[in-house]
This record gives sequence, structure tokens and C-alpha cells, in this order.
Amino acid sequence: MTTTEHKPHTSPEIGGLGHSRKRVEDARFIEGRGNYVDDITLPGMLHMAIHRSPLAHARIISIDTSAAEAVDGVVAVVTGELLADYDLDWMPTLSGDTQAVLATDKVRFQGQEIAAVIATDKYVAQDAARLVEVEYEDLEPIVNPQRALEEDAPVIRDDKEDQTSNLCFEWESGDKAATDAAFAKADKVVSLETHYPRSHPAPLETCGLIADVDSATGQTTLYMTSQAPHAHRTLFALVAGLPEQNIRIISPDLGGGFGNKVPIYPGYVVATAASLVIGKPVKWVESRSENLISTGFARDYHMKGELAVTNDGKILGLRVDMLADEGAFFADAQPSKLRAGLFHIVTGSYDYPAAYVTTRGAYTNKAPGGVAYRCSFRVTEASYLIERLVQNAAYELGMDPAEFRSNNFIQADQFPYHSPTGFVYDSGDYETAMRKAMDMVGYADIQAEKEEARKEGRLVGIGMASFTEVVGAGHGEDYDIIGLKMFDSAELRVHPTGKAILKLGVKSQGQGHETTFAQIVAEELGIPAGDVKVVEGDTDNTPYGLGTYASRSTPVAGAATAIIARTLREKAKKIAAHLLEASEEDLEWETGKFFVAGDPESSVSIQDIAFAAYTNPPPDLEPGLEGVHYYDPPEMTYPFGTYIVVVDVDPESGQWKVRRMVAVDDCGVKINPMIVEGQIQGGLTEGFAISSMQQMSFDEAGNCTSSTFMDYLVPTAWETPRFELGETVTPSPHHPIGAKGVGESATVGSPAAYVNAVVDALQHMGVQNIEMPMTADRVWDAMQENSGG
Amino acid sequence: MNITVTVNGAEHTADVEPRLLLVDFIRTNLGLTGTHIGCDTTSCGVCTVLVDGTPMKTCTMFAVQANGRSMVTVEGLKQNGELSAIQDAFREHHGLQCGFCTPAMMLVGTALIEENPDPTEDDIRWAISGNLCRCTGYVNIVKSIEAAAETTREGASS
Amino acid sequence: MYPSKFNYLAPESLEEALAVLAERGDEVKILAGGQSLIPMMKLRFAEPSTLLDINRIPGLDGLNRSNGTLSLGSLVRHNDVVKSDTAQANHTVASAAPWIADPIVRNLGTVVGSLAHHDPEGDWASVMLACGAELVLSSSTGERVVDIEDFLVDMFTTSCQPNEMVTEVRVTAHTASGGGNYQKLERKVGDYATVGVATSLELDDNGDITSAGIALTSVYPRNLKVVEAEQALVGHAPSDDLFAEAGRIASEACDPASDIRGSATYKRHIVDVFTRRGLAKSLGIAQGGQS
Repeated sequence: MTTTEHKPHTSPEIGGLGHSRKRVEDARFIEGRGNYVDDITLPGMLHMAIHRSPLAHARIISIDTSAAEAVDGVVAVVTGELLADYDLDWMPTLSGDTQAVLATDKVRFQGQEIAAVIATDKYVAQDAARLVEVEYEDLEPIVNPQRALEEDAPVIRDDKEDQTSNLCFEWESGDKAATDAAFAKADKVVSLETHYPRSHPAPLETCGLIADVDSATGQTTLYMTSQAPHAHRTLFALVAGLPEQNIRIISPDLGGGFGNKVPIYPGYVVATAASLVIGKPVKWVESRSENLISTGFARDYHMKGELAVTNDGKILGLRVDMLADEGAFFADAQPSKLRAGLFHIVTGSYDYPAAYVTTRGAYTNKAPGGVAYRCSFRVTEASYLIERLVQNAAYELGMDPAEFRSNNFIQADQFPYHSPTGFVYDSGDYETAMRKAMDMVGYADIQAEKEEARKEGRLVGIGMASFTEVVGAGHGEDYDIIGLKMFDSAELRVHPTGKAILKLGVKSQGQGHETTFAQIVAEELGIPAGDVKVVEGDTDNTPYGLGTYASRSTPVAGAATAIIARTLREKAKKIAAHLLEASEEDLEWETGKFFVAGDPESSVSIQDIAFAAYTNPPPDLEPGLEGVHYYDPPEMTYPFGTYIVVVDVDPESGQWKVRRMVAVDDCGVKINPMIVEGQIQGGLTEGFAISSMQQMSFDEAGNCTSSTFMDYLVPTAWETPRFELGETVTPSPHHPIGAKGVGESATVGSPAAYVNAVVDALQHMGVQNIEMPMTADRVWDAMQENSGG
Repeated sequence: MNITVTVNGAEHTADVEPRLLLVDFIRTNLGLTGTHIGCDTTSCGVCTVLVDGTPMKTCTMFAVQANGRSMVTVEGLKQNGELSAIQDAFREHHGLQCGFCTPAMMLVGTALIEENPDPTEDDIRWAISGNLCRCTGYVNIVKSIEAAAETTREGASS
Repeated sequence: MYPSKFNYLAPESLEEALAVLAERGDEVKILAGGQSLIPMMKLRFAEPSTLLDINRIPGLDGLNRSNGTLSLGSLVRHNDVVKSDTAQANHTVASAAPWIADPIVRNLGTVVGSLAHHDPEGDWASVMLACGAELVLSSSTGERVVDIEDFLVDMFTTSCQPNEMVTEVRVTAHTASGGGNYQKLERKVGDYATVGVATSLELDDNGDITSAGIALTSVYPRNLKVVEAEQALVGHAPSDDLFAEAGRIASEACDPASDIRGSATYKRHIVDVFTRRGLAKSLGIAQGGQS
């Protein structure tokens, strides 16, 4: 597959693929007319606040709600005992485990939900929630997975009959024997033990829900911060036993999601139950602290990686052993058949025959989650590990890290490439992307400067990551969420006046679907993108879909859109033949019209065809111009790229600053380059955040010590580096428009680049690793530990 | 307690509890939901509005403190049916994604340009460093404010 | 999150405010900028029964220089200092102001409020300790002037009595041969200091140090004035060695806690580095003769 420049085929007026079309959704946002869950007020609406556990691990002796009930304005106080009457005290997680909705037996993490107060005012609800009194018996808090798996550790999940330890799962991938054989042949084994720290997506809008259950009709409308409204509707039907046709989930504008709005949280269930019982709408919106301490965390993998290499710089095999800190309930948002997500993409951009990955997950007294935070199911951890290992291997062999990569890259003519852990990479040209990034940054000059800088007492480092991502799940046979196959859908109707409505099962959280999906229709049908309205996030009015996460909207729903548009074009051709009184075989398509081959004057526009579809269809053809397509991807897509970071490190303080950040991405064919760039810039920033400051931390008692934005550090514009973007374009051969998805590449690929750069600045001192987040003190500590040796 | 405030040129009088946060007054009592809530600790800045022309975080003010003061929220940026320069610039330069931080960013940008008509990139990054964004990496927010400043200068000189 | 209920008073004169404090000062919290107090109330770490909002009292927002003294009234906001030419009269004050909180918080938060709150990780107390500030405490019976060292009692505790409020902080302006600086290691804008170092120097005609101020943030249970390091400087000609000695003394005098911001060893090291750097910057200003 050659790398090509991709030029738009359509005019800017049509606005098909490749146009940096301005976003249609901006019109409402810039006037403050976005419509987020908390902006919605329903008549008679009540407010809910949750009483949470101050302890990480304790047995509940008693719960006294009388003081809370006595507060003026309180309508009800809900406990787990009450929910048990409706069989709602426990709920399933996305990984097939169970999670307490409101705790009755034990609390298992600080911040766990115990009781909920429903009141006429949100201030009053919070006043009363504080008055719920719970008597506890302290239990030992388990704050790391190593302790959790010790024999004498108390069993956190004593609610589960067969659970006799804190082992949550064991999982392996790859071929052990082949890997052992590869290691036996190695000249050197390079190893790295590292922790990918617990993180939190922390979208600026927290999670929330308004439940509106009509007691007369049973109609249940849930206004919900949901990245996956259809799947959530089915889950609600299964959990609450409500008839699915009576549940309507409306996911309005979302103030970011990044994976945080994929799971179903206890607050959603309680508010819905409360509305059902009370017969009035109930609103629940988290505070920031509640969001951080109780909803979907991400990462938290303790990883040991070993790379078997030869002295001439070839990788022979990879071995990885991991311990996952899963929190109190195993709630990873990931395909059901997998326990460590798509971590086995860990072999990365390199060609070698053998890899073997083992993972154990442990229950701990921390919040559940394991969401794909701007990441396709544990791909971030995988990419980090291999890209860190590769740099260390290069050092070990005395090679330039770029040359070592080049030595081992999967070559452009090897695609489709079958990886040792079973992935089939669709397309790629890693060498070209890397060389482009190196040219942009002036790689040789920086390498030369490093020596000079050291003589002047300065520390300069350059680090790169040549990542390969895997996004766009399914194929449904291999990938499902609680049994729902990971397809997605698009429903397209072209109206008599030639204007179209496209309805999708996915849900934008800021990615600009209303703009980009219209461009796919414009490309395929020649209807101006501005004439295509995109509808999402209302389960009554959109076709079923699995939702937006893991960069799957473009790969899956984008494909569905292209295919349904092509289906309508086929039908349009029949109508055109009827209108032109020509044979279908004689018609040719040019953007927006069919014409008779050899007679371009004899043409009919898509708009005229649409009108005819309703007013003058061929007698043997069903009227209308409408259809729906459910797309089950044959394979996933594999975006890739090379990121290079140059840092200056203060040798006295350990403070480091990004001097250059060059990012060359290849996400296949771009629908809207402006939006793609925006996605990359955002992802590079989150990668910077994770590598430099962002971390969920806990003390020995299991108290979350990063429960506000004062301690959970999100970078501002001041700390955030400047970025220089470049691209190569290698279309996906199996995707209808050649697109691969891009929303997460930068979060996946960039952390290793930042860390590699800082490690590189210190490498001459013998520094091999610095743990994320690389706060100044950690960098300084690394220098001290190695300065003597 | 009775308060009277002017918001986007219109005067409002209301009887409020002293503990009512200004942001809740704006969102709930006045129904101006373009001003958002994103944290509890004065960290994220999505609740920022202009109070007598100065950006302030309304989650860290009580409504009673605003008595007698004049405020501009995002809903007041559009004048006489015309989008302001900053609104145009944010749309033109893809300065927003999910839109949650956007109203505050535009208001802070407006105040900055008022004070410093020709801000450098550093000036802008510094000025918006009390406001978080999780989507954009700030790149296009900075570009948008730069562009709005340029438009405003051109408008002033023509 | 929302605060508990409270009574709200917004007097329009100082007399009125002081009368309230005289009557029931121990149940009152004074609301100036509120940028520390209100978050604490929202998190229910503070539940005052009455808030006395002083923002409507005229005359408390003065930022003035006279007779070699810079005075800041209790409603002077951090950003008033950032934007003020007058505030440049004290270089330590001027260089610290942009490091306080974030730009929006600085529009409301006040210098005096920050001192009166006395968060042990606050920046202003170090600045004032290094510069030898005085605070004016007013009550219905009159006013008294208290040295900053006597004002700061313990974390979140000052010598301001329930019937008093701080109406002004006064700090000596640097002369043409003086300089000052505030160094802050923070992980991001708006973060508390991992380490903060305030320095101030005055030189005589020979270029020798006649007075010196050094105070540290976040490395001791409260802001720490390092008198021994100050004394080591006075009477000597400034030099890298001399500043290194001051840095060493400061790093030994502090007693930081190991926490998420870094180990005690690291913080001590940063005190050393930042003391040297701060003194060098102060010296540069003093020798540059900027006023």
C-alpha cells in the first residue's frame, strides 16, 4: 500500500471527504445554547444526592436515615434494602461481574454509594444526604493488587459465593512455547517493569441523569450522559425488568466523555428507581469529587515486559506479565470475550514471530472502572510498554532508537499483517511516517545538540513513539459487549426536496459527528453536506448501535453511512433510468447526478431523483429514498504514526519542558482534516497530562487523595506544549471510505514519546525508567539514584 | 434576601437564599444555562462570566454578592443579532469540540482583548490558564482568540 | 457541592462591619475575595453561621505607596497587584502576584484575605515574612499594628481577634539598590507550591548587603522565615558562595513532609536551589538599580 496525498473529490459547496468543513454543532455552542443533561428542567422535577462511604473497606452495621428523612423538603431516602425489594440492589457490570447499586453488606471503596436522598431542591438533597448515619466495622483496606493477592489478604468480594481470594481474572494471549523458544535464542533480554498509573477521563461535564417515569403509561424517559444510549437502554431493560419499548434514552449534548460515560453507574439506577416509585422526574448530577472518586477510572496496570533481541538489533520475541488493579467490582468496559481488552496489540509496529502475554486482575478497595479512556480497550497500556521497551533495547544494544525501530518495522508490503497474538493489521507504512517525523523535528541536529548541551550543563532529550493502534471493534463474532455484537448502524432518508436526514446509533461527545457524517453522505450522494441533518442520541429515533468509544464511530458507523448512501444511490439509479428513459446500464454517476454515457446533457440530479422517488417512482419500484444499514466490520482498523518529543530538563530541579512535539499521524482517509487535527491536538494534550501530572492516587487507608481538580491535575494552556502536526495517508483497504479512526491515536501513542524524551535526556547517567506522571521530583530522584552509579 | 442584578443588559430582581451560588442563580433562576458547572474547587473555570467586565468564577461567588452588579454571560455576546468577533472566531478556527468550556473561554478571551488588543500567544495562554479544556489541547482556542483580537483591531481601525 | 446555610451581612461602612465583629465576631467569617473560603464552605470544611461581606465597604481597596511603604487595603485583589505599577515598589510582592492561584481567581482573591486565612501553603505569607510586613488590625475600639511574624500564629490561625479585621498590610518598598523575588515550584497553574522561596535584598553604596529577607512556603508546618540565613547575608558582599551558604542554611532550617509533591529530600534540595536563584535574581534587580 503506497502512501498518497488525498485530495477532495467534491467541491467545497458539496463538502464531501477531505474538506475542512466548519462544524454545524458550533452554532448552538457558541451562543450558549448547548443542551447538556444538567440544562434540562422538567416540571415537578426532584433532585437526588448520594450519601457515600468515607471508608475504603468496612462492614456496614447499620444505616439510619431518620435524620435525613426529617429534613424539610426531603421526599424519600433510598437504601439498598429498599432496592432489594425491586431486585435492584446489585447490577451487572460491563465485564460480567456484579456491582452494588447501594451497599448493604460492606463498603468496598471510598465513595461507594450507600443511600440516596430525593428532595425538592438540590441544596436540600445534599444537606440531608450528609445526615444519613452509617455505623461501620473497619476492615483492612487493600490499596494495591500485590497485597490483594497475598494469601492472608481479606477477601473483598465475599458477596460472591465462589470467590475465595481477590483474584479477579487470569488471561493469556499468544504462544508461550514459541516465545520461550525465541527467548532461548536471544543474545540479550531487555526488560522493563513499570506501572501505568490509574487515571480518570474527567470530562468537564460530570455524569448525570434525569429519570422521568410516567406512572400511568410506564413510559420511561432517561436524559442521560451516555456514550452508548442503545446499549444502555437494553441494559436498563435487563436490569430493571422494564419493557425495552417503554424505555427511551436521550443522550443530549455531552460535555466530553472519553470513556467515562460508557458504564452504567449506580446513580442512574437509583434515580430511575426513585422516579418509578415517586412518580416524578428525578435529576441526579454528580459533583466533580463524586465523578473522580466513584466513576470509571482507567489504566492501573503493573506491567513487566521483556524483549528478546539479537546483537544485530532484531527483535525475536516479547513476553509480558501484568497485574491489573481492578478496584472493588470488575467493570472494565471491554468486549466480553476479552479480559485485558486489546492489550495483546502490544507487539506494536514490529515484525517478530513470538509473543506471550499473561495478565492477572485483582480486586482492591478502589472504585471500579477500567474504562477505555480515550483509548481502544487497553491499547494505551500496550503501546506504552512496547514503545518504552524498544527505546531501552536500542540503548542496550548501543543503537539509535530510530534505527532500531526501522530494523524491526513491519514493512509496507507485509500487509495485511498477521501479528503473533492474532491481529490482522489492515495497512501501514511505518517507516515513511517515522522518517517524516524525523525530518520535521530535525532528528540528527537534536541528537548532535545533546552532546553539546551536556558540556554546557544542559540536559536535552529526544524520544519517539512509533505506535500502532487497533480501533473500530468488531467484527461481531469476536467482539461483543454483554452479548451485543459490536456492529453499528446508519439510517438515511432523502426527502422529496433533496434534503436528507441521517440517523446514527453512535453518539458524539465533541467529535463533531453532525458535521463529519454529513460529509460522508455528501461524498457518496452529492447532496451538499449542509443539506444533511445528522441525528444521534435518542433511542426512539435512531437505529440500534453500540455507541461511541474506542474510536469506533468512523470505522463502524462511518462505514454503515457510506454503505447505506451507496445503497440509496443504486436505487436512485433505477429512478434516474426511469426519468431519463434510459437503461440503467447506460447511466454513469458523477457527484450529485446520473447522466447517460456519452450524452452528459442527458442528466438528472440527485435532488430531482429524490423528488421523483416520492412523486414519480418507476411503477415497479417501492416509493421513497430511504434505508438502514447495520455494518459488522470484517476487521478492525489500525491507525499509526510517529510522535517525537524534544525536552529540556533542568538538571538542578528536575523540571522539564517540551521544546518540540512533532506528531505524524496516519488515520487513513480523512473525512474532515480540521476535525482530525483537533482530535490529535486534544489527544496529545491528554497524553501529556498522563505523562506529566494526571494521576488518581490513594493513601494507605484507601482514601482517594486526588478527589478534586486541585489534586487531580489537568494541564492548562500554560503547561500544554505546542504541537507540530504532519500526516501520511494510508487508506484502510477494507473500510468503504478507507478511513481508520483517529480520536484516540494521540492519547495512545504520545505518553511513551514524552517519557522516552525525558529518559533520553538522563540516559547517559544510566537512567532507564521514570514512572508516570513524571513530576519534577521523580525526574530529580532518577538523576540522584543514578548519579553515583 | 432580595437582590437586583443586570445580566446581558436586562435587570432581574429575585429573593434568594444567601448560600445560593451565583452560578446556580444564573442557570436555574435566570435559565441561562450556557454558564456551566464543572468542579467544586474553583479549578475548572467553566462557570466564568464577566462581572462588571471582569471574568469571575461564579461557582465561587454567592448570588447575593452580585447584588447591584452587571454581568455578561455567553448568551449576551451576540449583539443586535450579530455574533461577536470571538464567537465567529471560535467557529472559524475550530476552537471548540464538546462546547462545555467554550462559553467561559470566549468570555475570558473577550475580556483579554478588551484589555490587550494585540495579545501574544503567551498572553493568551496565560489569560486562559484558569480555564480547563479536555478536548482541544487549547491550540485552536488560542488561535480563535488571536483571530478575534485581529478582527477587533481591524474593526477599531476602520 | 453546596455550602450550609448562613446569615449574610454586607455592611456599607467599616464602622458597621466592626460593630458586627464587636458584637458577635466569633460566629462571623469575613468574606473578602472568598476564593479560599467559599470552596471550603462548599466542601463543608467550613460552616460559618454568619458571613460578613466587606466588599461593599468603600476605601478598603487602596494600593498606595508613600514614604517608602507600600500599603494594600483588604480589598486589593491579586490581579490589582499584577497590574499595578505602584506595586512594583516591592519586587518580592510584584514577582509573587502572578504566581497566586490562576488568572480568574486572581480577579477576586485578595492579598489580605490570603494572609488572614493563613493557609500554611499560601504564598503571600512568605512574601510578607521576607519583607518584614506589618498588618493593621481594626476594631470598634481602634486599630493596632502587628508585625507579620506576630500575626501568623499557626496554620489557619492568626493573632487577629474575633472583634478585629485586617484592614491593611504594609510592606517596605525596595530602594533603588534593593531587589526581591518569589520562586515557586508548582506542578501547574493554580497548584499550591511544592516549594516557594521569597527573597529580598538591600545593598549599600559599596554593594554590600544591608538587609536580607528569606522565607519559605510549603516546607514547614507554616511559612518559615529563615532568620539565620538572612543574618548570614547581612554585612557581606553578595557572591555565589554567599548565596550558596544561605541556600544551605535554608534547606537545613526547613522541615518538609514527603508527599505526592515530592520527598522531603527533594523539597530541601529545591529550597537550596530556589534560595540561590531567588537571591541571584534579587541581586540582579538591586544592582540594576531599577526602582
